[in-house]
Amino acid sequence: MSAVQAATPFETVRTPDPANRPIKVHTAKVKVTYGQKEALHGVSIDIAEKAVTAFIGPSGCGKSTFLRCINRMNDTIAGARVEGKITLDEQDIYDPDLDVVELRARVGMVFQKPNPFPKSIFDNVAYGPRIHGLARSKADLEEIVVTSLQKASLFNEVKDRLSEPGTSLSGGQQQRLCIARAIAVSPEVILMDEPCSALDPIATAKVEELIDELRANFTIVIVTHSMQQAARVSQRTAFFHLGHLIEEGPTDHVFTNPLEQRTQDYITGRFG
Amino acid sequence: MEHTVSAYDDDLKAIARMVTEIGGLAERAVGDSVEALTRLDVALAQRVIAGDKELDRLQRDIEDKAILVIARRQPMASDLREIVGAMRIANDLERVGDLAKNIAKRVVAINGVFPHKQLITGVEHLCEIALQQLKRVLDAYASQDDQAAGAVRQRDDEIDALYTSLFRELLTYMMEDPRNLTFCIHLLFCAKNIERIGDHATNIAESVHYVVTGRSYEDERPKADASIASTIAGS
Repeated sequence: MSAVQAATPFETVRTPDPANRPIKVHTAKVKVTYGQKEALHGVSIDIAEKAVTAFIGPSGCGKSTFLRCINRMNDTIAGARVEGKITLDEQDIYDPDLDVVELRARVGMVFQKPNPFPKSIFDNVAYGPRIHGLARSKADLEEIVVTSLQKASLFNEVKDRLSEPGTSLSGGQQQRLCIARAIAVSPEVILMDEPCSALDPIATAKVEELIDELRANFTIVIVTHSMQQAARVSQRTAFFHLGHLIEEGPTDHVFTNPLEQRTQDYITGRFG
Repeated sequence: MEHTVSAYDDDLKAIARMVTEIGGLAERAVGDSVEALTRLDVALAQRVIAGDKELDRLQRDIEDKAILVIARRQPMASDLREIVGAMRIANDLERVGDLAKNIAKRVVAINGVFPHKQLITGVEHLCEIALQQLKRVLDAYASQDDQAAGAVRQRDDEIDALYTSLFRELLTYMMEDPRNLTFCIHLLFCAKNIERIGDHATNIAESVHYVVTGRSYEDERPKADASIASTIAGS
């Protein structure tokens, strides 16, 4: 099946955004090759501002690879080559003159496993603002830490032990700490790579609730293996398969009446 | 294509089978109730009344099973539509059973008094079309045939028109001789019940359309029930 697709020009099935949100990230024909192997065969998608876009698809479909293109995380992988165009607010993020560190401050990332630094809760959140020089005074920094923890719905649980190590928190709290750390540098886009897959259902619900709150201020892209999670938290869903973007559209639409047979087969659990 | 989890397929098949079963029961209840009416067969009418319990039970079973599948498997896309469709269709068929039961109860109430045989013919004809509609829409459900469902939906105005003419006829009889009143009113309710059975067949057609295509009909369905506008002066 994949050989046929690679040989014929591939059309993604698209349903436009009924809410007509402005476009935050635009990508055109993004290809990623690891050594000889092409992992993504030309993905074009517009990611809506202040909305949650979910990337779904079976393992190895390219969804995480594509996510990592958006803040140039693939640069760090030896042998990975990215072609095509990705813009953030119409600015080419693969422009050689662009400061990658600055880009990653604008496009934050949260990973599958919570990975707090071996530092205090306070310093975990303060780390980003410090290195980016976002706080002019100690009071400034404290304010950033407190608001970030509040935005991540963690402050009330940790306010009395900010000097304790971040690793002393529960898994769910650690993940929210990582989200607080990501938002402390005031990013515009937050990329989340299976942020709940290591969490229990209650911690997952808290993170999902948080994602829903965060979309008022941030553009969020989430990769998830849980179809139910994608259906719950996102406004738009993109389905990837074998390195192609098969279908993208409003989440409500994709999960009740997908247009592509492969999307239908995947979300109903019929993939061989 | 089959589900990776084969028990999921079994669940969906079981629900579809139960819907087919309740469909068969509803069809038979309607046919029997009208036969009981034309022959004034009280024993048959009693059987229809007693048989309604089975329809109610099946409808509850379908709902329970559907809820369980939703809880257990979080169905998506076509699976979700299939389950929602099955629940809706079972509800419609349960109502069809109630309407048949109501006709049967009236047979018991009329109790042998039968002044105008030719009036029954009109009701019989109405019932034939309603039964045909029911059968066709159940076939459309079983074969997931959207076109066949659409044809059922288009044909409902025929029942409506027939009901309207029957309504006028009964009105005339009632005006002619007040002794006809009881009988005619019972018959009028029977006709109304059959007309409603036709409406349920249309509802089912709409559910089949949703299950198959994921969309709802956007146009208004054809309607020809003018009985509301009929008055004694106008009849």
